Amino acid sequence: MRFDWGTFGDTEVQMMIWILLLPLIGFTIQIFVGNKLPRRGDWVPTAAIGGSLVLALSLFVRAIKMHKPDLLVHTAHPEGASVADTNGLAINWLTSASPDGNFVFAFLFDNITAVMLVVVTLVSFLVHVFSIGYMHGDKRYNRFFAHLGLFSFSMIGLVLSANFLFLLIFWELVGLCSYLLIGYYFEKESAANACKKAFLTCRVGDTLMLIGMLLIWKHTGTFDFVEIFDQVAKATAANGGAPPDWCLTAGILVFCGPIGKSAQFPLHIWLPDAMEGPTPVSALIHAATMVVAGVFLVARMFPYYMFVPDAMLVIALFGAVTAIFAATIGITQWDIKKVLAYSTVSQLGFMVAALGCGSLSAGFFHLMTHAWFKACLFLGSGSVIHGMHHHQDMRQMGGLRHKMPVTYWCMLLSTCAIAGVPLFSGFYSKDAIIAATLDPHAGFQGVAGWEQAGEGFLWSLPSLLIPIAALMTAFYMFRLIFLTFHGEPKSEHAEQAHESPWTMTLPLVVLGTLGVFGAAPWILDFDFMGHDIWFNHVVTNPTFDAAAGVIAYPAVVPEHHHSWLPVIISLIVAGSGILLAFSFYKWKRFSPEKAAKKWGSLYRWCFNKYYVDEFVLKVVVRPLVFTWNVWCAAFDKFVIDGLVNGVGRTGKQLADGSGWADKNIVDGFVNAMAFMTQIFGAIARIFQTGFLQHYLTVLAGGAAAGTAIFYFFL
Amino acid sequence: MQGGPVSGGGAQPIYLTLLTFAPLLGMLAILCIPKAKKEVIRTVAAAATLLPLVISIFLYVQDWNGTGPSHGQAGMRFVEKHGWIDSFHIEYFLGMDGISAPIILLSCLLFFIAVFSSWTINKGVKGYFALLCLLEVGVNGCFLSLDFFLFYVFWELMLLPMYFLIGIWGGPRREYAAIKFFLYTLAGSVLMLVALVAIYLQSGGLESGTFNILQLQELMKSGALQEGAPSLLGMDFQTWTFWFLFLGFAVKIPIVPLHTWLPDAHVEAPTAISVILAGILLKLGAYGMMRINFPLGTALMEPGSGTTIAIGVIGMVSIVYGAFVAMAQTDFKRLVAYSSVSHMGFVILGFAALNDMGMNGAAAQLFNHGTSSAMMFLIVGVVYDRVHHRNLNDFGGLGLKMPYYSGLATVGLFAALGLPGLANFVSEIMILIGAFNAPHTQWMAVVSVIGIVIGAAYILWTIQRVFLGKLNPKYEEITDIDGREAFCQIPFAALCVLFGVAPFLLLDVFRDSIKSLVTFLTVAGG
Repeated sequence: MRFDWGTFGDTEVQMMIWILLLPLIGFTIQIFVGNKLPRRGDWVPTAAIGGSLVLALSLFVRAIKMHKPDLLVHTAHPEGASVADTNGLAINWLTSASPDGNFVFAFLFDNITAVMLVVVTLVSFLVHVFSIGYMHGDKRYNRFFAHLGLFSFSMIGLVLSANFLFLLIFWELVGLCSYLLIGYYFEKESAANACKKAFLTCRVGDTLMLIGMLLIWKHTGTFDFVEIFDQVAKATAANGGAPPDWCLTAGILVFCGPIGKSAQFPLHIWLPDAMEGPTPVSALIHAATMVVAGVFLVARMFPYYMFVPDAMLVIALFGAVTAIFAATIGITQWDIKKVLAYSTVSQLGFMVAALGCGSLSAGFFHLMTHAWFKACLFLGSGSVIHGMHHHQDMRQMGGLRHKMPVTYWCMLLSTCAIAGVPLFSGFYSKDAIIAATLDPHAGFQGVAGWEQAGEGFLWSLPSLLIPIAALMTAFYMFRLIFLTFHGEPKSEHAEQAHESPWTMTLPLVVLGTLGVFGAAPWILDFDFMGHDIWFNHVVTNPTFDAAAGVIAYPAVVPEHHHSWLPVIISLIVAGSGILLAFSFYKWKRFSPEKAAKKWGSLYRWCFNKYYVDEFVLKVVVRPLVFTWNVWCAAFDKFVIDGLVNGVGRTGKQLADGSGWADKNIVDGFVNAMAFMTQIFGAIARIFQTGFLQHYLTVLAGGAAAGTAIFYFFL
Repeated sequence: MQGGPVSGGGAQPIYLTLLTFAPLLGMLAILCIPKAKKEVIRTVAAAATLLPLVISIFLYVQDWNGTGPSHGQAGMRFVEKHGWIDSFHIEYFLGMDGISAPIILLSCLLFFIAVFSSWTINKGVKGYFALLCLLEVGVNGCFLSLDFFLFYVFWELMLLPMYFLIGIWGGPRREYAAIKFFLYTLAGSVLMLVALVAIYLQSGGLESGTFNILQLQELMKSGALQEGAPSLLGMDFQTWTFWFLFLGFAVKIPIVPLHTWLPDAHVEAPTAISVILAGILLKLGAYGMMRINFPLGTALMEPGSGTTIAIGVIGMVSIVYGAFVAMAQTDFKRLVAYSSVSHMGFVILGFAALNDMGMNGAAAQLFNHGTSSAMMFLIVGVVYDRVHHRNLNDFGGLGLKMPYYSGLATVGLFAALGLPGLANFVSEIMILIGAFNAPHTQWMAVVSVIGIVIGAAYILWTIQRVFLGKLNPKYEEITDIDGREAFCQIPFAALCVLFGVAPFLLLDVFRDSIKSLVTFLTVAGG
């Protein structure tokens, strides 16, 4: 196994344990005693996640500095040493399973984990800080911070899990936190509906993923990622280069989890509604971290997916369709958070498409840069909403750039990043994605099926859709900027808007800076980084040695032969998108209203989100409601219980019948007996005179007669 | 289940007798206390249920860390065996293994909590607590009996107090519910009795017969009982006795379509009785299957046989159907009752898988459903005590006025939903893994996940209707959970978290006994 204990050892594992545990400790303190602490305990989870951030940064720098794309630490399988010999973390969880070891909680740490840990802890920390200002004076302030802490813990656990089962556990826990935080203002009916919808929609994907997991377990007997990959590799080699049949089914089923979690079409419907949660939550959970868990899972499963190009094609298509689908909706929305929500769905589509097209580094790189600028945009929108006294409609805004200069500049920079303006972080990652979609078969060496991949209409679809989506991204993001910050204030709230306190603007500045420089070549001062971004030097695709049946991880990233085509495409789409936005909203060459009228039906479809919600309601929910109300509940009540009561009634009728018989026949007989007795009694009464001497006479006579009989006859 | 002589001679431990009959002493004591001294009666009941709880914790820990006496007959510990009715070869034979240890612990905990949960009952206090104690004797006795006749006596002993507890202290339709409960269960008992007598006679009858469950299982497996045995309805002896026993136990679980007594009994029963009913009485059916029914039908319990497929389908239908019917309920308690049907379906599915994973999951599900369903009924009880109705559409926004209550309730409800990190997830995923890996139940596992989705739906919808949204102005004055109510719920919440985070604490105890059970069922000879 690729493991260098000399440079990455026990200390680092200890650090990982603390990165995971600190937020949990913070949560535990906060949920039980937070309200009694000074400042209602907001500093407890904040300090905890701060600690995690410091440790995560330290790990990140160590990992990246090693320049080893093949870095991999698995605490349950350190090379050449049993678990007991090291301080490796390995908890045997389901002891009754046989053989033991399939359900071991352990850490898997590689470069994508290192990046994810920083993304999660940094955004989480900044959101904690931001919330101190944004949530100030809220009546459930302490609980808000507790939930944030629980979320951080779960997300970190998800990132570190070496085992699919534990990934699922943390996966559901982040879903729980999302549920709790979307429904944070649970007095509002809309929030209560939104949190339920989010959880259930994701659960549909999760259960399909669960079936996929079960299928994997059935064939490999393990949930351990590395072992799954090894076994699939061996089976593929034994099978002459083709993966076993079940791999495709399992791969697609597993991808259903990310479809739900990462809001891919058609399970994206929960994410826009999730904006009912407080804005810092939207930034943390529904933009930067939780929703990318699905992308992370696909990245984690990359050594598996590389064997099944067909599953990768499905992934690529879902991503590309989602990217363009959500972008068209984003163009038409008025609510500032809804625009950002659809933008998030669309950007997640970019990442998924890139992974599907066989580029781990492009998809994951965009995950990271997106975290910076989208978190900044969301927090910026939070700052705007805060300044606007909780109004979110962009038609009421305008002219805010003078009133909220810090927010304005941070959001503008992040908008440049997401639009793909050169030298901003988003430019690099989007460029990498376009390059990946143009050249999907370049991804893997030695894997059967990839030579043909990239041919045919379906494989070329992402390269067609993704640039159009990128153009739309540039357009709707600058539309947002112009509507919100430029022009004249369009309501009194906009006129009275004010800049937010430093706890809110500081995180904006940090994230905005990262959005600009996060991908810059010189950011980590590598000597070999003359022209390329650092990311490409630490994350790369695995390769497959078909002869030996093992997955190989290149120790050095293969040289990229740089093509100018993707750069030109991304420059054109970003430029034209921005130009369009300028001509519509700044120079007013075209009128958005007229354009909307001209393409009326198309506009209505986009504005109404293609009626997916309505479709789901009519085709899925209503029939289900009918099923349980009529088919099941009524069946239970009238048929089963009817049968039971019928049996009961029949029994009672039988009983009544026998009761009648009892009364009229049996009792009749008894009564007849009684009647006879009465008659005999009446006769006997004749002899009962009540006079003692009569009785005595009879007694004496009887006794004499008896004695006579006794003597004479016996 | 493997036979063999009872280990050792000498003095036998009396833990299990104490565990079973301590509540009987409590009952006798309560009967001697004057009616008016209600506090004394309650305290005595608490003490009488605390003692078995302490013993069961002690035995559980011994079993868990392996410090108890070595396993005696068929993996049984703490065995007590005395002649009872010698002319019929009936013995007083108690024993405990890894399957019964956790369930006994659950039972004792439930009864202890039930006493506190019933603290506010003011009608007929003396009779109520006396019957409660008697019920515990029956339940604990059932879990510990290794003599079939003794088992049956305890089994019937349970029926009576339950009938009166529902029929006297229940809600408006209590008589209907109590009679329905009684008749259903009685019908099951009759089938069981027929099988019991038939098996006894077949084993040698008055001359050389036995009621020893372990011996009977060996005899049945070896085919010794089959010779010249009467067949019925075209089924051979083993088959028809198996199905008679199965139906007898299945009524108790309950399976669809024998389940309609459960919602009625739950709705009418007072809170504490619902807690016991869902928490432990339902488990008896499943326990009886593991302890008596399946080992007496090893010829039928072949993986992939028609019997296992039928059992699996029953489980699957219960899971999905129960969840769908739960979804349609507007009565909080009815909803929880149907969710029990759904969750107990998982147990049956785990049985049908007939492998270590599925069987372990089923056993763990017995325990975990015990804690989570008990908690859910306590949750219903809290709100019912305050507003005197259970109509889900007439709550709303209670989270605003009852923050602690909604916090605790969320734990219980999410445990029932199968949230990872809480106990039910562990057992349900084990059952699904087990069922998916057995070829004959694979498709059933796939269908059953529908139950998981619908389960999430009705739980979340319940939470929304009770706790979220605008506060219903009627409940402006409602008070949060008090200390006693919290005390009743916290142990269950803690167990849900503990066995969700560290399931090995529970599974370690089950492991060996389950393994030998599965081996006995699936490996020929033995």
